[in-house]
Amino acid sequence: MKQTRGLTVPLGLAFVASLISLVPLWYLVTQSFSKGLQPFVDELMQQRTLSLIVRSFVLAGSVTAASVIIGTFAAWVITLSGIRGRTFLTIAFSLPLAIPSYLSAFAWISWKPSITGFFGAFTVLSFACYPYVMLPVAATMSRLDPVHEDVARTMGRSNFRIVFEVVLPQLRRSITSGALLVALYALSDFGAVAAMRHEVFTWVIYGAYRAGFNPTRAATLSIVLVMAALALTFAESLARGRDKSANRTTAARHRQRNASRSTTVLSLTGSAVILVPAIGVPIINIIAWLGRSSERVVDLSQVWMATGQSFLNGSVTASATLLLALPVAWSAVRLSGWRAQLPERLTYITHALPGIVVAISVVYVGIRVARPWYQEFPLLIFGQVIIFLPVMVSSLRSAFEKTPVALEEVAHSLGVGHLATLLRVALPIALPGILAGSALSMLAAVKELPVTLLLRPTGMDTLSTKIWDFSTISDYAAVGPFALAMLLLAALPTALLGTLSVMKDGHS
Amino acid sequence: MKSLRKTIAALAALTLVGTACSSSDSSTDTTTASADTTLTVYSGRSEELVKDLFAAFTSETGISVDARYGDSGEMAALLMTEGSASPADVFFSQDAGALGAVEDLLGKLPTQSLSNVDAKYSATSGKWVGVTGRVRVVVYNPTLAPTPPNTIDGLLDPQWSGKIGFAPTNASWQSFVTALRVLRGEAGAEKWLTAFAKNKPVAFEKNSAVRDAVNSGEVSLGLVNHYYLLEKIAAEGADAVTAKNQFMAPGDVGGLVNVSGAGILSSAKHANAAQKFIDFLQSETAAEYFRTKTWEYILTNGAQQAEGLPSFSDLKAPSIDLSDLKSLDITQELLQKVGLLTK
Repeated sequence: MKQTRGLTVPLGLAFVASLISLVPLWYLVTQSFSKGLQPFVDELMQQRTLSLIVRSFVLAGSVTAASVIIGTFAAWVITLSGIRGRTFLTIAFSLPLAIPSYLSAFAWISWKPSITGFFGAFTVLSFACYPYVMLPVAATMSRLDPVHEDVARTMGRSNFRIVFEVVLPQLRRSITSGALLVALYALSDFGAVAAMRHEVFTWVIYGAYRAGFNPTRAATLSIVLVMAALALTFAESLARGRDKSANRTTAARHRQRNASRSTTVLSLTGSAVILVPAIGVPIINIIAWLGRSSERVVDLSQVWMATGQSFLNGSVTASATLLLALPVAWSAVRLSGWRAQLPERLTYITHALPGIVVAISVVYVGIRVARPWYQEFPLLIFGQVIIFLPVMVSSLRSAFEKTPVALEEVAHSLGVGHLATLLRVALPIALPGILAGSALSMLAAVKELPVTLLLRPTGMDTLSTKIWDFSTISDYAAVGPFALAMLLLAALPTALLGTLSVMKDGHS
Repeated sequence: MKSLRKTIAALAALTLVGTACSSSDSSTDTTTASADTTLTVYSGRSEELVKDLFAAFTSETGISVDARYGDSGEMAALLMTEGSASPADVFFSQDAGALGAVEDLLGKLPTQSLSNVDAKYSATSGKWVGVTGRVRVVVYNPTLAPTPPNTIDGLLDPQWSGKIGFAPTNASWQSFVTALRVLRGEAGAEKWLTAFAKNKPVAFEKNSAVRDAVNSGEVSLGLVNHYYLLEKIAAEGADAVTAKNQFMAPGDVGGLVNVSGAGILSSAKHANAAQKFIDFLQSETAAEYFRTKTWEYILTNGAQQAEGLPSFSDLKAPSIDLSDLKSLDITQELLQKVGLLTK
């Protein structure tokens, strides 16, 4: 009896969290069918809807493939390659997380105007998204037991075959979980496709709001994105396969780390090929903006205030997201049956929605059921939590998967309840993963724009709203200091993230 | 259990942070607009463009302004979603279309406000009034296009094939197409748009991107509003900007005047203060501001215009009822049909 009751609490909390993430669906369904079923069907049953689906999927698919390749290679460089300077490279490789896609898209266009179109959107998004694959893969790589590779080597396998037959299969779950986040992000992004003029779903959805004044159409098209997210989430469940390593309790043996000359050359060349487009182009461009003349003088106190506000918003969002994500991830890893898996899967399906749709949804629901909090801080955080929950859940899930269940079983056998075991045993062991997830959510929250713009308390300025404000009037000289502040603010969580991702069972 | 209590304490602390960060409630005085009144303005116009204007209003009237900034279309979507529960008193929009889209939520303005402006720059329903005018022009790169066309039919010349930039999802462009439909009829508009599409115009995300592409030589001509060029010159200096503005021939639909305008929400809690705000937008203080900061044409009767701009009456803008510009749905259908909105 006690066992069942103990399980009900985290599972119940997990369901509450997933329901919160589904709040946008309330608005989308109401709005889509506001004129009845027929207009909904007519809007969807058009040749152009099909072509938009194809365009969005081609972009999301190619960005995901590129992110998997880049991210896995980067993870190898910062863990298994054994070259010197891995800590520096880890932080550098994580830095794209601090650069909003619309900023790097602007940077690319300023530098190379002809890049616009599919190739531009593909480039910007791939170099913005690969860290979502790199981080979980690096975490897994740093825990790989080299004994498997050694055994393969003594059996005469070549290094090439070892990678494909021994290493990659062990990375499958980390790769698929990162790939899911990348695919959903690529579907939801507006900044890069707008700047690159590549017309996909989000472009048309924004157009329906901004020029069409037609929220019904925006909601109808958004439902297609929700369907796409459902399909991708389901596909990832199939692709990740059954976990074979969750019950492993032995620690990995230490790896001999002495990079050969050819490994060093390959690592450094590859790193340069990734880092120049990923962080070189945007950062050089931001510095160039600082040098431009403007009739406006940006007051340093403005930058300072906006930085403080962004930091506060980011930390509160990350904390709130963490609290909601913990029961979701824990239930998915430790409990069996579809009911334990369902909340985790559900949190992903609104992740493909563009920010503006989530923002309008929270406006719709907020003004009806949370009037005192409308245009106040708590509702802003609520909106951001919906967007970043999957990022946090994904980090926590892999953290819990890597902690041995046996320790929790020992706690149970000593009469400790499920909730207490979660708080006293599971959480401390998963702490590096928890911190990594928090850093990731904070970085994403600092960059976030559409939800902040519509839901912020009147008069609140953050780094992203200031960057938006000055870009709308094309004053990039004034954008510069705020963009630089965003990079500097992000440096701390990025460094933390990088260091944590290559830590091995709590010690690096 | 001790750990659980800690968690609850942390949650409570979070809520406190939230409360501490939220701004104080605005006053709910509905009868008089006194010094402690706070007016809520939803502004589709950029903060950098209008915040000093709002500050001038506060120092003149003592009424504070809580301004919420965003894209005009998104602000209209926000108002539509909020409905009568909206905290907004005034909607100050970048374009007539967004005002037209929320006309049901606006109250009728007094005759005195409407009579300060030529009737063709306000709503027929009297629910919003035009404040400033933005003239559609052809921005051109003098090196690539020494003799730019000054009629929309001139844009159809094959020499401009693949060399014209436009912003398909931009509200000003769609307003122009709507004006084209109104003036030439559906068939006439479709004919022009089909020919325009054949000339392979290049799509950009917004007007400033069109202007930058013309300036950098990526395209030769761009269909934008007159002040984008002046804005770039102010930001980067005249020497850094190559592009120039071509104003359209008198009466040509390509020279449509789009307006920014304002209306008072019928659910406004501070109706008197809101009316004072509308009065202020029509004052000489506001005119001086627009003349020197946004380079737009001032619509209030008898106002002096910015230096260096052709006189407003000389432009002879096409005659059109701006209230007809809200039929953007039909415009978008037509644009889709001819392949100019989506590929």
